[in-house]
Amino acid sequence: MAVVNDHTVKAFDEDLNRLRGLISEMGGRAEQALLQAMTALHKGDLDLAAQVVRDDKKIDALESEVEQLAVQTIALRAPMADDLREMIAALKIVSVVERIGDYAKNIAKRVALMDQTRSIEAIPLLMSMSSIVAELIHDALDSFAARDAELAVRVTVRDKNVDDFYNSIFRTLVTFMMENPKYISESAHLLFVAKNLERMGDHATNIAEMVYYVVTGEHMEERERGEQPEDGAAEQEQG
Amino acid sequence: MTHEDLTIIDPKMRAQGVDVFYGDKQAINNVSIDVGTDLVTAFIGPSGCGKSTFLRSLNRMNDTVASAKVTGRIELDGEDIYAPSMDVVQLRARVGMVFQKPNPFPKSIYDNVGYGPRIHGLAPSKADLDVIVERALVRAGLWDEVKDRLLESGTALSGGQQQRLCIARAIAVDPEVILMDEPCSALDPIATAKIEELIHELRGKFAIVIVTHNMQQAARVSQRTAFFHLGTLVEYGKTTDIFTNPKQERTKDYITGRYG
Repeated sequence: MAVVNDHTVKAFDEDLNRLRGLISEMGGRAEQALLQAMTALHKGDLDLAAQVVRDDKKIDALESEVEQLAVQTIALRAPMADDLREMIAALKIVSVVERIGDYAKNIAKRVALMDQTRSIEAIPLLMSMSSIVAELIHDALDSFAARDAELAVRVTVRDKNVDDFYNSIFRTLVTFMMENPKYISESAHLLFVAKNLERMGDHATNIAEMVYYVVTGEHMEERERGEQPEDGAAEQEQG
Repeated sequence: MTHEDLTIIDPKMRAQGVDVFYGDKQAINNVSIDVGTDLVTAFIGPSGCGKSTFLRSLNRMNDTVASAKVTGRIELDGEDIYAPSMDVVQLRARVGMVFQKPNPFPKSIYDNVGYGPRIHGLAPSKADLDVIVERALVRAGLWDEVKDRLLESGTALSGGQQQRLCIARAIAVDPEVILMDEPCSALDPIATAKIEELIHELRGKFAIVIVTHNMQQAARVSQRTAFFHLGTLVEYGKTTDIFTNPKQERTKDYITGRYG
């Protein structure tokens, strides 16, 4: 990667560093929210689930802090070229991270509505899926911090694994519901959990695409993103 | 060095392999650039990068500096402007210039604008000259402000008005190209905005080349931007590309304020 020189106006670098720090913190919190929500789901831990819901407010607060700082920096420093791209990306990335936090909160809220989930066989699959998603979020935000376009491309390619997991969990749960009608309610909740995880993976991809734009100034091409999943099951379930 | 689809079909001016020397010192090194007829082209770069020197070679203003020497080829509509047959006075009528500091003649507003057309024989009668003066002042966006005081001295106007008077003076002789050397650096933001609006209005009527230290201004008024550094043309491209995604590290460092 190219060596990035400091700005002549040092305060500009301070603003940029603060912005990057806030986005890293926000990403870390979103990733943690996801992992805690899934642990709460796995263990039926209502206290942990409640904490995830509470902590989401901090993610929201960070989003508005980044927004204010970015708008202020655009107004006062008139950033150009890669600095400008970074500001625009920062605004988009925080709104995506905020969505990821919301999905984690949504998963956490479902914990209280499910009391017999542990007997459902899709749970281990969901746990594996969630750790892949958490890695994607982590790597997407790392690629932003390090301005690493290659890592960003790899994130978008790996999102296909998440989509495969989703399709497989969808089939597993549908089969399970047919065989165990008394678990239909829980299974339906788990379907939403799976869908939330799948959406988080897409959001990690969105972040990676923004990072690619920041670093290269180009929009990521379709072929670099890897194939889009056919996701026939997802379409049915969404409607 | 250049961006894609930058081809300027039928350029108004074309410079090829231009070097400019002041005595032994080389101020411009092998610059080639096309200036489009319907475009505003901005030259940016740090002080001493050669952008003004290069601008002044486009209408042979450097001829007035004894030690200056220009080599390479500069064409106006395909014609070599440094050819011995070129009439320099005629050239400067075709390629007009507006300077950093407004420099109206110590004459009336009317005479400031009418002087050029008169000496170039563009106005056979007083009535013709009246029309030319009014038209130039209207085009320069100054008519409404001065129409009742045309016989007052040009130097009595405000700085921004003086600069628009100088632009009116430049366009009164119906040039093909207008060179502007930091035309707003002595003006306040409102007067600057008026000049920028004027540049926008004049686009398409004249090819415009503007040297500016204000990158925001280059971004606002131009369609093509050329970045000069240490006498070389580092990057030339569409203004939007230069300011959102420059290809050269030196351009990026300059426009983002990292220039060491």
